Amino acid sequence: MEITDETIEYVGILAQLELSDEEKKAAKKSMTEMLDYVNKLNELDTSDVEPMSHTFPVANVMREDVVTNGDDSENMLKNAPEKTENAYIVPQTF
Amino acid sequence: MSKDYEVVIGLEVHVELNTKTKIFCGCSTEFGGAPNSHVCPVCAGMPGSLPVLNKEVLHKAIAVGLATNCDITRDSKFDRKNYFYPDNPQNYQISQLYFPICRNGKVEIELKDGTKKFVRIHEIHMEEDAGKLVHDAATDETYVDFNRSGVPLIEIVSEPDMRSSEEVIAYLDTLRETIQYLGASDCKLNEGSMRADVNLSIREKGSEEFGTRTETKNLNSFKAIQRCIENEIGRQIDIIEEGGKVMQETRRWDDDKEYSYPMRSKEDAQDYRYFPDPDLVPIHVSEEMINEIKAEEPEFRPAKKIRYQEELGLPEYDADQITSEKHLTELLEGAVALGADAKKVSNWLMTETMRLMKETSTDADKLKFSAENLAKLVKLVESKEINNAVAKEVFEKAVFAENLDPEQYVKDNNMSTKADAGQLEAVVEKAIAANPKAVEDIKAGKSKAIGAIVGFVMKEMKGKCDPGEVNKLINQKLN
Amino acid sequence: MEKEKILALTAVELGKAIAAGETTSVEATKAYLDQMDAVEGAIHSYVTVEAESALAAAEAADAAIKAGTLTGPLAGVPIAVKDNMCIEGSRTSCSSHILENFVPTFTATAVKRLQDAGAVILGRTNMDEFAMGSTTETSYYGPTSNPWNLEHVPGGSSGGSAAAVAADECAMALGSDTGGSIRQPASFCGVTGIKPTYGRVSRYGLIAYGSSLDQIGPLGKDVTDCATVLEMISAHDEKDSTSADRDDIKFTEALVDDVKGLKIGLPRDYFGEGLDPEVKEAVLAAAETLRLKGAIVEEFDLGLVEYAIPAYYVIACAEASSNLERFDGVKYGFRTPDYADLHSMYKKTRSEGFGPEVKRRIMLGSFVLSSGYFDAYYVKALRVKHMIKDAFDKAFEKYDVILGPCAPTTALKKGQSLSDPLKMYLGDIYTVSVNLAGLPGISLPCGYDANGLPIGLQLLGQTFDEKTIIRAAYSFEQTFVDEKKKPDLTAVEGRA
Repeated sequence: MEITDETIEYVGILAQLELSDEEKKAAKKSMTEMLDYVNKLNELDTSDVEPMSHTFPVANVMREDVVTNGDDSENMLKNAPEKTENAYIVPQTF
Repeated sequence: MSKDYEVVIGLEVHVELNTKTKIFCGCSTEFGGAPNSHVCPVCAGMPGSLPVLNKEVLHKAIAVGLATNCDITRDSKFDRKNYFYPDNPQNYQISQLYFPICRNGKVEIELKDGTKKFVRIHEIHMEEDAGKLVHDAATDETYVDFNRSGVPLIEIVSEPDMRSSEEVIAYLDTLRETIQYLGASDCKLNEGSMRADVNLSIREKGSEEFGTRTETKNLNSFKAIQRCIENEIGRQIDIIEEGGKVMQETRRWDDDKEYSYPMRSKEDAQDYRYFPDPDLVPIHVSEEMINEIKAEEPEFRPAKKIRYQEELGLPEYDADQITSEKHLTELLEGAVALGADAKKVSNWLMTETMRLMKETSTDADKLKFSAENLAKLVKLVESKEINNAVAKEVFEKAVFAENLDPEQYVKDNNMSTKADAGQLEAVVEKAIAANPKAVEDIKAGKSKAIGAIVGFVMKEMKGKCDPGEVNKLINQKLN
Repeated sequence: MEKEKILALTAVELGKAIAAGETTSVEATKAYLDQMDAVEGAIHSYVTVEAESALAAAEAADAAIKAGTLTGPLAGVPIAVKDNMCIEGSRTSCSSHILENFVPTFTATAVKRLQDAGAVILGRTNMDEFAMGSTTETSYYGPTSNPWNLEHVPGGSSGGSAAAVAADECAMALGSDTGGSIRQPASFCGVTGIKPTYGRVSRYGLIAYGSSLDQIGPLGKDVTDCATVLEMISAHDEKDSTSADRDDIKFTEALVDDVKGLKIGLPRDYFGEGLDPEVKEAVLAAAETLRLKGAIVEEFDLGLVEYAIPAYYVIACAEASSNLERFDGVKYGFRTPDYADLHSMYKKTRSEGFGPEVKRRIMLGSFVLSSGYFDAYYVKALRVKHMIKDAFDKAFEKYDVILGPCAPTTALKKGQSLSDPLKMYLGDIYTVSVNLAGLPGISLPCGYDANGLPIGLQLLGQTFDEKTIIRAAYSFEQTFVDEKKKPDLTAVEGRA
């Protein structure tokens, strides 16, 4: 599987990671190696096999529509790097 | 214009469900509240938090699907839609792509000229809403409030079946009405509980292929939608006529300036990398669940309209007006169930209620008064305890404004206009005696002259009598 | 009671001693804090030592025990918790720079159950950053050393927890296991560890790595300790949709020395090329020990063994790439000081905040989920996961328990693994398939290599059959003559 520079750029945007040129080179190499290794999975014929997400059958886990949480704004903001009294601050969005 | 063009429109409509709590946590969905006061580790994206589905969200989503003729997906799942944005606390939104809860529905719309057509629904899925971003121009900072994050939404995706802005409005109206009747949402465009994104493309009339479509967001009223559609049609035709290609993009509508502009930047890769959310388990919808939900379906507007005309004897116009708002139907039916005359109740809703709604800018679902009090008021007039003029006053000041018991209010304020029969007769005789000219005119055939005598009686009685009653008595005496 | 005596007791024995008044929680806590003072400089099991709050909790425990309101087996017992489980008021870093200053406002359900039972938390143990690794060398706060030989790694990602138990820096510890992260370090450090069936223990409050694979579990001095703690933390949690609702949680009832008739399967594909001969010998000897006790031991072909690792890495990295998106400098944790706009803030924060192994896995995970590759990689891996589960189901039709090694080698030397990630990933060969299939697994000591490094035995059971593997492990433990038991820390103590 050929991983191009464009792919590394693209995946970097998806993952919001900014890699240095060296890191990009290393990423290209390691991704290529990993994906070559992962391609091993193609040796298996899985055409008749359903993808399995959960290993034991469980479904319909739901809760009642009842308010259980109150005003916890102090705690919610406790760890914010930048904040006002009741909101998170972020740099301009557009 | 050298060619004949056809516009092809599809809509993505987001509806905020009116459950008490959010879709994946027990935080309140109540509107208002200080920023970040209805927030917990789950809807604020704290590390280690996990989502748990609100069963009421599933029920309402299925109810909407059944009411729009959809197939309900028996094995439904949630998927993560991954993208970075500050109103998205986990930087992924839990939505449904692969197995949406409803599919392949259709909604019948009726246009002004009476023609009907179906608009097909591609799918309906459940998802969580994002938080709110507020920009402060003074400090050039943006603030994030997660109160809205996690509020349950259903997204209704139509097929590109609409061909004009009229059809679009008819479709939205029908959806809104259906969902309001179900009690699943109040569907207000201007409050954001209903949001419509317009997907629009142009093609030559007769062509089988679709042109490139654009998506436009930020449409907060029907007028804005209409303006946007006309504007986008023109914009796309201009591009095509000039030999250019329409760009597939997402645009934002500015209703003040009446134009749209492209939204996304290159940083916003459109690759959402949807995959099934491993923190949530599949939803198996049983036949039983569907039947239960179907059994709770209310009488929808078309059937109700007919029933109001056939059973309650209301004229078509009244039936149409009252059924346009679910809450008004509840008031009508409630009052009628308590014995009030349907036509009279209808009148109160159509005239005084709607007048006051407009004057006070009150939406139907925010009306304070109960069907009980309305029924009482109607009965007070019927029994001639108060006349129409007084009734209007009682309605405006007591019933509409404060939902006070009108019977009690009339008693407390001594407002009864029921005249003592003997006293009234005496005053009528006095009035006749005091207005010889009017009596002459009446006898001469000028029936309108009775007004002066009635007026004299009303003055003497200080308004506490029924003009119709007075009229009758006068005529009796003169004949 | 003397410090040495206290440290020599297992967690359950210590609980009994405290209950009997032979020592107190405060005395025991001080003993452990003392040991930590002595050896932490060399071993570095902990990211954060919480001496003050531990002593306060110990005092409260002593009072409650005296009043008769705290009566469970762990009342007053000092424990350690891996640094990826949220504890209210306790800095939780996942051994990452990006959470260096993160203090949770709630406590993970499993931890809360132990706190409510009176356990005293000594501190937060070191780990591979965000649980991504097998050596604890990717920790932002420096590596942990294996108490048996400081030049060697303790394994990972729960290396700090394993080392702390081995070096008597706690009576027991909680760890987490996504691809072997409890079992492999337990094996490298000569302690016992259990990864429960997926869904047994609530994941609420565990900072997620691979959501469909993660489980919290105990590491302790013996099988009894681990079974006791597992019983205490296994419960249905309505805050975790993937939490199982079971009533078969009395694991201490399985602490029975009896394997007569127990059918043990030995996968031939586990004992082939790549397995260190000393490890092979010790593990096979363990099988023989069980056979002599009446178990029926049989070789069989499990199949698909070489596909477990690629399937695991695709699934784990994909889920992790999504789980770690929330670390963006907005709501908590590190935010880069220098940025031009929103997206540069995101990119710099994440690039500066995450270490290279985490970034590598995020990149891989984002790629395999991306459009065009989702079916070929992610969905394919989920199909292979299904096949692997089916292979185990087939095996468990014939066998009660599957026995094998935990890792192909004993603890590697520090600095050897990180340069060749693929090679490092291959070391997970015996553990990842268990996470993929959601099965329970226990790892316990069964020998030492020529250099005195511990070798671990792994026993796997069918879904929710913790009791059988606990019984098998307990039985082995009762018979196995452990010539060393504890690392010799005399050279280590006092080293800065």
